[in-house]
Amino acid sequence: MLSNLGNIILFSSVFLSLTLIFFSFKEINSTGEIISKKIYKISLIQSTLILFCFFTLISAFIISDFSLIAVYQNSHSAKPLFYKISGTWGNHEGSLMLWVIILTVFSFLFLIINKSHPKNYRLYTLIFQNILILGFLFFILFNSNPFSAVKPLPAEGLGLNPILQDPALAIHPPLLYLGFVGSSIYFSAAMASLITNYSNKFFALSIKNWVLISWSFQTFGILVGSIWAYYELGWGGFWFWDPVENASLLPWFAMTALFHSLLVLEKRNLLYFWVIILCLITFILSVMGTFLVRSGILNSVHTFASDPSRGLYILFFLSILIFSSIFLIFKKYKKNDYSINSNSKETFVLINNWFMMFYLLTVLIGTLYPIFTDALSNNKISVGPPFYNAVIFPIVILFLFFMAIGPKTKWIKNNFNNLKSFIVILFFSIVINLLITFFFKSYTILSNLIIISSLFLIISSLLDLKQILIRGKFDLARVISHLSFGFLIFFIGLNHNFSIEKDFNIKVGETKSFEDYQIELKNLEIKDHQNYKAIIGNLSINDLVNGEIKTLKPEIRIYDKPKTLTYEAAIKTNFLKDIYITMSNIDRSEFYNIKFQKKPLMIWIWISVICLAFGGFLRTFQNAKNS
Amino acid sequence: MQKTVKFLILLTFLFLIIVFYLSLGKDNSYNTENLIGKKIELIYFESFDNNDTLNTLDFKKNNLTLINFWASWCGPCRVEHPILMKLSSEKNLKLVGVNFKDNKQQAKTFLGDLGNPYDFLAKDSNGKQSINFGIYGIPESILINNELKIIKKFIGPLNKEDYKTILAYVK
Repeated sequence: MLSNLGNIILFSSVFLSLTLIFFSFKEINSTGEIISKKIYKISLIQSTLILFCFFTLISAFIISDFSLIAVYQNSHSAKPLFYKISGTWGNHEGSLMLWVIILTVFSFLFLIINKSHPKNYRLYTLIFQNILILGFLFFILFNSNPFSAVKPLPAEGLGLNPILQDPALAIHPPLLYLGFVGSSIYFSAAMASLITNYSNKFFALSIKNWVLISWSFQTFGILVGSIWAYYELGWGGFWFWDPVENASLLPWFAMTALFHSLLVLEKRNLLYFWVIILCLITFILSVMGTFLVRSGILNSVHTFASDPSRGLYILFFLSILIFSSIFLIFKKYKKNDYSINSNSKETFVLINNWFMMFYLLTVLIGTLYPIFTDALSNNKISVGPPFYNAVIFPIVILFLFFMAIGPKTKWIKNNFNNLKSFIVILFFSIVINLLITFFFKSYTILSNLIIISSLFLIISSLLDLKQILIRGKFDLARVISHLSFGFLIFFIGLNHNFSIEKDFNIKVGETKSFEDYQIELKNLEIKDHQNYKAIIGNLSINDLVNGEIKTLKPEIRIYDKPKTLTYEAAIKTNFLKDIYITMSNIDRSEFYNIKFQKKPLMIWIWISVICLAFGGFLRTFQNAKNS
Repeated sequence: MQKTVKFLILLTFLFLIIVFYLSLGKDNSYNTENLIGKKIELIYFESFDNNDTLNTLDFKKNNLTLINFWASWCGPCRVEHPILMKLSSEKNLKLVGVNFKDNKQQAKTFLGDLGNPYDFLAKDSNGKQSINFGIYGIPESILINNELKIIKKFIGPLNKEDYKTILAYVK
């Protein structure tokens, strides 16, 4: 029943998209500046139907209707309700529904919010967005339909991959999708702007908030994924430069560059084509990321069951996006002769963009290179953290300095009468860094420079914050984001330099000592849960420096549906450090392998990213209020 | 000039899409199945008991050779062991065992308990030789003929079906 209902709604949505495209074209040729009510109505019905369709799928998961392929393959009647629901988007087919929801809802919101902009620009945006919607609806209907019926009706489902049964992972996809699928709306708007020659600062205003919102959600989505990887995957790191993580970072770089250069377009009416290129690239990178993850080309925790026909479809879709974008840009590109003063805010925004493009290209090459060598020469290589760390981190130092100085410059022509204050800030940054190395531990020259530059950004942002608190200024959002980014790099730097890692085998009753710690495996408990059995290690950690004794309980979980082992880290967090322990069994032996890690200031890394994203939301809110 | 730039941009994206297309058909997980039909590499083995070495060319003397990678710490190796014991009585087939990343004493106890089916026993203490062979997990077994060509690969423990398959080649 639900299968039929879902399919009927999907087909109706196709019909509605076609109707919208048809009526929009009709109105483009008509006179008058007002878009007729029926277009609003159809767009509203379309979004409502898609949401309804999604709720149908969720209901099928809740009532465990295994006649639906998506439910059968990714759920089980014994699963807790929360994971039944999150299982809806924890798989390829269901997550595509999430794609379509964001495409349609954003399409509707863009239509009703931007009433002050030219009719044709809005209609073309609607048309392009609906072409994207159609692309995904066809993909769902003919290739990855979550409503496909399974015959005969199975008695039980196959279950959800246990490592996905986690609260952080339940919200990770929706957040990330709001980010990179959200970028579709400014892709469509950019195409519409090219066609209708709507190229002034008002175009910048029409997409500004969409860029900020998608950027903020993307930041949150990446954060949640990273937190999940930290405590679930058990390697103790929070960023691994895994190709799939990179796929989410690439559009993030493009978005960051985009909302900075939008400022120039808005204030100075410059850089129009560059802004357009960034709009197009952001969404293209998002679809490329989807292609890499869904086609099975990359191996990672995200790999959905590999199916080349899926990859082929997304690749086809991606090619259309790329070539139609290139075609329109080539057709409309006009060389603009403008000069920007090399000492002006415009230049500093461009510097931000150069850095972003540098990071983007580095990560892009690192991600695609192994795919290239494998496809062209059958040579399997992997590009790992050493490459990224070596290329990216030295450049971060310069970037942080520019990030501190840039916002203090003036439009058109700047004069550095605040040079003295920069020197004072630099002096204090160096002193604080020296104090850290003196009282705690010395580290490499590169680390010293990174800490100094991040302190430089932190101090100068704090001074800005002081100004804002005294005078009250619109710039609060920027200061919060820049300050948080400074703190982020600062904490990552310290975390990297002060972490301790120790690997050893231990059996029940044994005690191991190293550095300032003494660890004892007291006993093992076995607990039965609804959907898994857990072997819990009871470890007492004695911190010999301050005499603190902590108990940590890492788990080995044995899931039944599907049959899998997972290792749950035990983490004790406080404001100064995380103590992180994972335990794994050694076959045919009474010993357990323990991985002990001390990770200083972990919580501050998460908080910095939350504040970074918060800056984006705050700016969106301020913009909305002002307009 | 502008035309060249445009052409290069198009070419870059075209290249990207072609590479993506080519990657689609590939199996990205490391798989040694595709080694079937190929000649095995020239690899030197250290004997388990003494300083003798054996290289893969020595297998030319045998009609058929089954190279079995195992370790005492590996549970599934214990499961497949009775099948190896049965195979050891086949005259046409020589069994070569490669003891993978193991403790010598424990390996000896393992063979003491369950029997030693191997005509030649080698060791690979750090696992390097086995990787050259394209092994990615143990137990794994490779059946080769006297031309040193890989006839069949068995990933995971040998089961009754595999036993029948091997016998079919032997007879």
